[in-house]
Amino acid sequence: MAPVDKSKVPWWVSNLIVPLVNLTLALLVSGLFIFIAGENPYEAVRLIIYGSFGYIEGFAYTLYYTTNFVFTGLAFAVAFHCRLFNIGGEGQAYIGGLGVFLVAINFSFLPVPIVWLLSIAGAVVFGAAWAFIPAYLQATRGSHVVITTIMFNFIAASLMVFLLVDVIRDTAQMGPHTVALPKEQWFPSFKDFAGLFGIKIRYSPLNISFLLAIAASVFVWFLVWKTRWGYEMRAVGHNTQAAIYAGISPYKNIIIAMCISGGLAGLLGVNEILGVHHKIVAGFPAGYGFTGIAVALMGRNHPIGIFPAAFLFGILYQGGSEVTFDMPNITRYMFVAVQGVIILFSGALENLFRPQIESFFVNRLNIKASA
Amino acid sequence: MVSPILELTNINKSFGHVHANKNINLTINKGTIHGIIGENGAGKSTLMSIVFGLYQANSGTIKVNGKEINLRSPKDSIINGIGMVHQHFMLVENFTVLENIILGFEGELVFGKNLEKAKKDLKDLCDTYKLNIDLNSTISDLSVGFRQRVEILKSLYRGAEILILDEPTGVLTPQEVDELFKILRSLKEEGKTIVLITHKLIEIMDLTSEVSVMRQGEMVGHTKTENTNKEQLAEMMVGRSVLLRLDKSEVKAGEILFSVKNLTVKDDLDVTRVKNVDLEIRSGEILGLAGVTGNGQTELLEALSGIRKVESGEIYLEGKKVSDSQNFLDPRELKDKGLAHVPEDRQRMGLVTDFKAYENLIFGYHDQQPFSKSSVLNHRDIISHSKKIMEEYDVRPQSPNLITSNFSGGNQQKIILSRELNENPKVLLVGQPTRGVDIGAIEFIHQRLIDMRDRGAAILLVSVELDEVLSLSDRIVVMFDGKIVGEKDNKNVTDRELGLLMAGVV
Repeated sequence: MAPVDKSKVPWWVSNLIVPLVNLTLALLVSGLFIFIAGENPYEAVRLIIYGSFGYIEGFAYTLYYTTNFVFTGLAFAVAFHCRLFNIGGEGQAYIGGLGVFLVAINFSFLPVPIVWLLSIAGAVVFGAAWAFIPAYLQATRGSHVVITTIMFNFIAASLMVFLLVDVIRDTAQMGPHTVALPKEQWFPSFKDFAGLFGIKIRYSPLNISFLLAIAASVFVWFLVWKTRWGYEMRAVGHNTQAAIYAGISPYKNIIIAMCISGGLAGLLGVNEILGVHHKIVAGFPAGYGFTGIAVALMGRNHPIGIFPAAFLFGILYQGGSEVTFDMPNITRYMFVAVQGVIILFSGALENLFRPQIESFFVNRLNIKASA
Repeated sequence: MVSPILELTNINKSFGHVHANKNINLTINKGTIHGIIGENGAGKSTLMSIVFGLYQANSGTIKVNGKEINLRSPKDSIINGIGMVHQHFMLVENFTVLENIILGFEGELVFGKNLEKAKKDLKDLCDTYKLNIDLNSTISDLSVGFRQRVEILKSLYRGAEILILDEPTGVLTPQEVDELFKILRSLKEEGKTIVLITHKLIEIMDLTSEVSVMRQGEMVGHTKTENTNKEQLAEMMVGRSVLLRLDKSEVKAGEILFSVKNLTVKDDLDVTRVKNVDLEIRSGEILGLAGVTGNGQTELLEALSGIRKVESGEIYLEGKKVSDSQNFLDPRELKDKGLAHVPEDRQRMGLVTDFKAYENLIFGYHDQQPFSKSSVLNHRDIISHSKKIMEEYDVRPQSPNLITSNFSGGNQQKIILSRELNENPKVLLVGQPTRGVDIGAIEFIHQRLIDMRDRGAAILLVSVELDEVLSLSDRIVVMFDGKIVGEKDNKNVTDRELGLLMAGVV
């Protein structure tokens, strides 16, 4: 297969058609899994769509998951533009949650909106601080962030268990979690919002953090493509030698990119602590940090791609739990496998059919142009 | 009696939509040295790679000794007596000459009879062609010129009757070139056929008996070398006549703008690469730094531009000390003080090839007004600035939004040059300004450098192309093994003198 002249490939082929083809393939393979497990794949798809769109609570859940994936997806993408593989989103989110809680509980004498702003800042600062250590080691010692960030996930998990058991545990309870934050500090949820329009919902984890996710997406787009910071980060990421030549410090930019990345991951703590649990519960990041890597890869590290990719994973999470509920042969782990297949096709095998698809469209367009 | 040994008929080859070879017809006669000349990207190497079986042609026929053959891999070519010496040698560095040559042709599991026979055959070959190679020396101990001979020997041992050499002199000193030419002539006398791919007109005139010229994937002419001259060949190569010697005014050197005292620099492996170098460059002059690649020029340029730490010694800009081993300015601070740098390797250092052209056109100046204001990039001004300088420097295509890797080498070089010259620097460091750039662009780039000089800039030109150093410089210094081994006024120096200095003979 002759390589395709990249400059002739229209943007929508490489950024839309190719991911869609990969996604379709992943779903076909997943369908095969479901078929082998003894269930009807068509029925499973119906359940996924119903579960994630079919009723208002379900749809709200989808958007709640989307919120978390947007934060962790953006976090991964920012570091990746500096060619840093930050797989420590999980730990940074965990520590970010600690920041939210500590700020909220200690500043409860302040007006609520100010506490919110400070808590968001707390999430960013704590998440960034947790990313700073691997960043510093990478910049000064060349310790690879893949190794250090994954270790820092374990350290974060152990640290949080220690704190939740021995230091900040709600002593009135048996479980590893803190006391609840004062009720007035809780983020308004979708339930409250729907209530304004007279719609009654039992419960919804969706809260105004969703708007924060949109704001974070805009922020990342602006940072990466419109500011000097983003420009320098990308220069270091694409060609470190050239960056040094141009007087751009790789050292500085590695640290900046990782800290912004950690800060974004920390925002997941805002959604979980202020929006959902209203306290720190052990293990609240629940793998969102890792799934964020797949979201970013699928979204091609651009906010415009990350948002729909996060939404897709939201559908899978929410629809998947509906399927496992209704289909006895499909366990929760089956859906982890489905996610795995999607990650495989849109991440690791991303370029499997890219040359064929691109040359197909380039040839078609050429024929049209010459006709 | 001349008889054709290699005949190519209607060869076509495309890479995607690039038509690298269009209906190529070529006949090479037995026992001749046949030159193939053309600009970079004219399709010479592609054509020869087809002959050597590395690529398969889309259509066309290849005949060796009148018999049509099908070349699917280099193995087929070797069987048919075709050998190739690549620009980058294919040798195992820590093997001996003998081990390298028999590699893949050992013929026995435990070395014994065959090895002895190979040794004897190789000795005979060395004697016949005066190759003068010690079969037991390790490749890493050999100079580039000798490594090339090992490649030639390897092809001969494998029975090559036709020997293709791809830009063989690019890495050699003038003395080594002379030696190589001697060997090639003796090969010819023994009845071998040699195909010489080059873009250097001098070599064609010196060595070949027939020459074919390629331009933009097409064969534009064949002629006997004795019936043509350099000017005519150059015109065929580019499709118009070019100026080979530059017209430039007398040097009007002014005050010393840039000087280096007793400079020593180490590379990443802690090897001292620049040893006690002193340089002075005056306003309005071009100082040429000649030398064979790898004699410390790279490290020197990097130290002068603030990329590499200075081990000892001092650097002065306009009489003020800017760097020593303790305090040094970084590249950006040096830029602010009026020092611009066109790095030797544009893809590794001068550009971010994944960036759009406009992003590279402000690279290193991106934090200045009006390109950025309180950390936010001003896209409108950047784009309009980019359009303006792309037009001024004739960068093609003139689309600032195109990804830089889609530009040709010459245009990438123009992007860097326009960026660095546009700021009107007082001191300009230029490394290999025309490496891999075609003749049309070379002329343009040289003219721009002369203009800069006439406007009073101090220019340090580092180049491995002796012609370039000779045609541009006002003064020439030669670097060998990290030291400045000679300084010459350009008016009274010959390439032979420079060549001896470059080889470290004097």
